[in-house]
Amino acid sequence: MVPLSYYLVLSGILFACGVLGFLIKRNIITIFMSIELMLNGVNLSFVAFAARWHALSGQVFVFFVMVVAAAEAAVGLAIIIAVYRTRETLNVDQVNLLKL
Amino acid sequence: MTPTLNPLLWVIPILPLAGAAINGFFGRKSSRKAISAVALVFCGAAFAVALWIALRFSSASSPYYFPLAHWLRSGSFRVDFEFYLDQLSLVMLLVVTGVGFLIHIYSLGYMWEDDGYYRFMSYMNLFMFFMLTLVLAKNYLVMFIGWEGVGLASYLLIGFWFTRDSAAAAGKKAFIVNRIGDFGFLIALFLIIKHFGSLDFTHVFTAVRTLPTETTGPGLLTAIGLLLMVGAAGKSAQIPLYVWLPDAMEGPTPVSALIHAATMVTAGVYMVARSSAIFEHAPMAMMVVAIMGTLTALFAATIGIAQTDIKKVLAYSTVSQLGYMFMACGVGAFSAGIFHLMTHAFFKGLLFLAAGSVIHGVGGEQDMRKMGGLRLYMPWTFATMGIATLAIAGIPPFAGFWSKDEILWRAFGASRMYWLIGVITAFITSFYMFRLMYMTFGGDEYRGAGAQEAHGRGGHGHDNHGHGEPHESPRVMLGPLVTLALLSAVGGLVGYGNRFEHFLAPVFQDATGIAQEASPESASNTLEYLLMGISVSVAGLGWFLAYLLYSRLPQLPARIAAGLGGLYGAVANKYYIDELYAVLFVKPLVEGSTTILWHGVDQGLIDAAVNDSADAARHVSDNMRHMQSGNLRSYAGWVAAGGAVVIAYMVWMGVR
Repeated sequence: MVPLSYYLVLSGILFACGVLGFLIKRNIITIFMSIELMLNGVNLSFVAFAARWHALSGQVFVFFVMVVAAAEAAVGLAIIIAVYRTRETLNVDQVNLLKL
Repeated sequence: MTPTLNPLLWVIPILPLAGAAINGFFGRKSSRKAISAVALVFCGAAFAVALWIALRFSSASSPYYFPLAHWLRSGSFRVDFEFYLDQLSLVMLLVVTGVGFLIHIYSLGYMWEDDGYYRFMSYMNLFMFFMLTLVLAKNYLVMFIGWEGVGLASYLLIGFWFTRDSAAAAGKKAFIVNRIGDFGFLIALFLIIKHFGSLDFTHVFTAVRTLPTETTGPGLLTAIGLLLMVGAAGKSAQIPLYVWLPDAMEGPTPVSALIHAATMVTAGVYMVARSSAIFEHAPMAMMVVAIMGTLTALFAATIGIAQTDIKKVLAYSTVSQLGYMFMACGVGAFSAGIFHLMTHAFFKGLLFLAAGSVIHGVGGEQDMRKMGGLRLYMPWTFATMGIATLAIAGIPPFAGFWSKDEILWRAFGASRMYWLIGVITAFITSFYMFRLMYMTFGGDEYRGAGAQEAHGRGGHGHDNHGHGEPHESPRVMLGPLVTLALLSAVGGLVGYGNRFEHFLAPVFQDATGIAQEASPESASNTLEYLLMGISVSVAGLGWFLAYLLYSRLPQLPARIAAGLGGLYGAVANKYYIDELYAVLFVKPLVEGSTTILWHGVDQGLIDAAVNDSADAARHVSDNMRHMQSGNLRSYAGWVAAGGAVVIAYMVWMGVR
């Protein structure tokens, strides 16, 4: 059996990659993907704990996270399209005004 | 004697208040006739009620009182709006309403053409209200309301022509100098509350009578008496607080007559007389009152010699006469002081009104050097003012003779020194008053023709028609003059055979006993007639000297003045007292306020605290503003940094 710490370390690495990508990337889509990465890092730790403690709630919570992530992806991508249509760029450094 | 209830008492002060309110609120749009009617009817009604009461009142009557409303109630300490009338207040009541009513009539003529006519009449009625409150009060606090109220009315009326800087400044000066006196008065009230637990006259004086007389050294009653005297010195213009009264002549002349001669300035004398029980138990305070009064009488009279402004002469004369009244109170002759107060109200009110008539007639000129020969133009004014002059100089049988002689006689019994200074003052009084008469009315020619155009009132003048020859005043002004002249001529006879003193005896029951002890010569008629002869002859001497200098040898006064040099300059400049006060008090106060309070405390501390905290908030906000750049990644960075801090904190806590 794989020890819990392995899962947690992998989860931490995934989350850190997400944070790093979120901070250093300029493209909105990449940033968006980094967010997904962070969510999945967290999901991994949830299921790992759920398996370790034989508790179902951790797994249930992961489903909720995935549902929210899906909804967020739908809304987020729609916003990205809208942003691209109005500003013709996806560089977040140039998207710094709410109102044009 | 147990006081009886009399609901008429509160009606008397309320009437002028109603008049003041009506004219004050609706006067701007009313016609002058309506304003005059309101002012006269309410003031006259108060006089009528006062007369109605007076006719039923004798020296045997028990005092009247009327509780109008509750006011302060704290534990056993109570102060209510209560009115009280005894023989002393009755005299004051008649003087205030009577002379006040006459001066109201006079004002119709004098102020008719002034733009602020309704304002003037409203203030005059307001003054009457406060003065009557003062006189009819049953306790010190209600008296204090009236006391402050007349100060307010005085301020408003001195500064009536407020567009003139000098008038506005004189109003302020009067108000501020009076504050100094009121400070003493208030402390006295605090002491009375602390030790007697009440401000009610009856209660306090009953308690005082049980205390021993402070013959060995100063004690509580001496302190209270001296502080009351500080208040009286402020209101009644005694040394060292007299400086406001001469400046108060900036007000219209009826104001000078009513407030600064006949009534308000005598409030201090009334207050001291009212507190006679306290003073009788504090011989040291009495002595201070007497000395202060005597010195003021002499001091102010000497200044009066060298004044050239007709109203200034009368102002210093008022200060001097008030000094006589305090001298009387100080030697225990309270009824003589009140007697002089009454006759003074007649003749000094008349002198001011006549002076106003003169000023009116010559087109606003107040400098006596530009008058002369006016008896030919204004016979009525001349005759009435002449009677007032005879009265103030103490020529029998005019009013001033009786009261002044009474005071001098009592002063002689207390100390020869008071009497001597009093007689010297009587001589000077007679001299400067006849000097005024000769300069104004004497001579054969009018000296002011060339000065007609440039009279000082400017656009605010009450009589801009004053071009050409001097003219007699209208009948509405002459009526009060004649009435007051009659009173000045025969008013003193009420004191014949000590009737006035007997009338007031119930009020000054403990005072009269002491005063008689103090005058061992009271049995000697010869001495009394001798002293009377001396005072009359010095008055005559003063008259003769004035006649000599200002009628027969008109070149001589200038030569004497030149011969005296610096001394004359000092007198003409009022001994430089105003300048002295400016250097001693006003300038340090202004400088200190400017550098320490204004620049130091206000700008350096209070303003600085407000401004600096505002600046700090702005700087912090300015820096914080840059955080909201709209840059998504910087936001993300802040979120990440915050998260890192939280995690670090939790890890650190966990490790510990």
